[in-house]
Amino acid sequence: MEQGGGLLDEALGDLSRRVVLLEDCVDTSAAFVLHHILKRSLSQPPHSTSNAVVFVAFAHPFSHYDRILRRLGCNLAAQRDNNRFFFLDMLMDCPDEGKNSDCGLIALYGKIQKTISALAQENNCVTVMIDDISLMEVAAKGSTNLVLDFLHYCHTLISESGCSLIMLNHKDIYSGTAKPTLILQMEYLADILIRAEPLATGLASDVHGQLTVKNRGIYDGHEGSRNKVSNFQFKVKENGVEYFYPGSKT
Amino acid sequence: MRSSTPWGFADFCFEREAKAKRRNQPTDRSGRRIEVPKNRKPVDSVSAAMSATKTRTSSFSRNFLAANSHQIPGLKHGPNGIMFISSGIPDLDKILGGGFSLGSLVMVMEDAEAPHHMLLLRSFMSQGLVHNQPLLYASPSKEPRQFLGTLPSPAVPKDDKSSHRDPDEEKGLRIAWQYKKYFGENQQSFDRDGKHEFCNEFDLRKPLERQFLSGKCIDCVSIQDSPNLITLHDRCATFLSQFSRSDGSISSVGRIAIQSFCAPQCEYTDMEWDMLSFLRSLRAMVRSSNAVAVVTFPPSLLLPSFSIRWQHMADTLLSVKAIPDEDKELEKLLTGYQDMVGLLNVHKVAQNNTQVPVILEATTYSMKLKRRRFMVLECLNQAPIDDSSGSSYGTSGSCSVSSKTGALDF
Repeated sequence: MEQGGGLLDEALGDLSRRVVLLEDCVDTSAAFVLHHILKRSLSQPPHSTSNAVVFVAFAHPFSHYDRILRRLGCNLAAQRDNNRFFFLDMLMDCPDEGKNSDCGLIALYGKIQKTISALAQENNCVTVMIDDISLMEVAAKGSTNLVLDFLHYCHTLISESGCSLIMLNHKDIYSGTAKPTLILQMEYLADILIRAEPLATGLASDVHGQLTVKNRGIYDGHEGSRNKVSNFQFKVKENGVEYFYPGSKT
Repeated sequence: MRSSTPWGFADFCFEREAKAKRRNQPTDRSGRRIEVPKNRKPVDSVSAAMSATKTRTSSFSRNFLAANSHQIPGLKHGPNGIMFISSGIPDLDKILGGGFSLGSLVMVMEDAEAPHHMLLLRSFMSQGLVHNQPLLYASPSKEPRQFLGTLPSPAVPKDDKSSHRDPDEEKGLRIAWQYKKYFGENQQSFDRDGKHEFCNEFDLRKPLERQFLSGKCIDCVSIQDSPNLITLHDRCATFLSQFSRSDGSISSVGRIAIQSFCAPQCEYTDMEWDMLSFLRSLRAMVRSSNAVAVVTFPPSLLLPSFSIRWQHMADTLLSVKAIPDEDKELEKLLTGYQDMVGLLNVHKVAQNNTQVPVILEATTYSMKLKRRRFMVLECLNQAPIDDSSGSSYGTSGSCSVSSKTGALDF
């Protein structure tokens, strides 16, 4: 029962060159996984010189993330000054105001591309994070194609430059729709799928929900199990998250 | 790895504080222990010493005590550097851990057939006016200003207070069952003795006095005839620009109340994406200003997937539901069924500046009108089981609140 996210890290494995999709619902937010990955990507692993994160924020302002990550032991403001953390605030500057509705996302893609190409010269491993795809859909006035185009462009970009892409979406939005194209395509793109759900018995103060991590693995042939599925429960705290197998909580 | 970073020490401090909190032994700044009644929630305390221990949940946060924290009436410091304003219903404030947090979007799912959301909306608006906070009210009626005449007036604090306390408090003895009911009592009297009232109790049968309505910054918008949301958006933007959070100090706090946002009278109801993008920008605007917006909407009028999108948009999500008049089964199951006017469900509590979700003891509360005047929220209590009806296993088996809410979830 370790604070650092042992079970989750074990299930995720190496995140470089991977596409990760987080899915959550109204009752249980998966934002804490996003915070965990953000912290992990910014804290320096021994083998690489430096990592960088491009964070596209639709849901919360910088102050929100800054405060949370500080609790986790990572100073976003300092990382931003060191040019390792790039925060693209999409809350206020509505991408589509007055102009053609696709301008916003194209401009956003342009920003991401510029940042990554600037960083690529230093041989960095860049992580692109998008905190709420459903709000991106709202920004695109409901045009699923526009969002999908954006995601495909991003996917191509990151696979060319060896980055990774982390995105969050709300699964329950699409559960009632007849043609959930967006979420299906996103799941197809993703190498790792993380789903946060409440317990079937409802919310409890000891167990905040359960995570299912579906890791497709890197296709290098000699490993037999390509699809690794892990399932565990979690309890979110200010300075970390406890992960444990169902029933093993003392 | 952690100990090698400069944050290692901070983590240690934080853990130590967390431990101190767990032991439930608040101390004041000089280290003396304060005697606190056992089951009282420290969140609602008005006393300065208590708020000092409460706001300093992390070693990073500033000590707000130095800057006199209660200079603006109706504001209260919460954890993680957030501020609370009152919802106008003391019980709801308590449930939400202090009130509505500043900068949050509160959404209330209406019962399509009953006006219970109006009770929440009225209390919210009245409380703001009593605290002298500017208000923007939008409604699908022709004359939104008329609604102001129906706002409730705060109960007279002193003389009424003693009379509205439960009569059996004076008696030396009482039958103590369902102990939880009595836990709050000490707490409440403590709150009232505070220097100023963070939250008033509203007398729903007495209209708000003219003095509160006149000369205040009250903006009313009718959303009935507007073909799109641009007007409403602009009104909200200009209203919120007064409260922008650019500098650290808070001079005033604004409240926005939007009633029945997707009501069919409005011409824009078929523009689902426009409504969503309005909510999105409202949320962003409120987030960056010292204001709270309450939006009520009937979810049954929206497509299911859009209804969930709206719910995701909310920082705090509540729903109200009327209870049927003659539901014999429910009547047998719950005490005080006769006094109940409806049920309030808390789906989500704002998680601004924190990743820890708020897990409530119960998510369903009964709305009651005390003496037909004051709105109170209570946990559902199971009725004592009649000996004659002891045969039914279901009623006797579940005695925890949480298992019951499952049956009553909507």
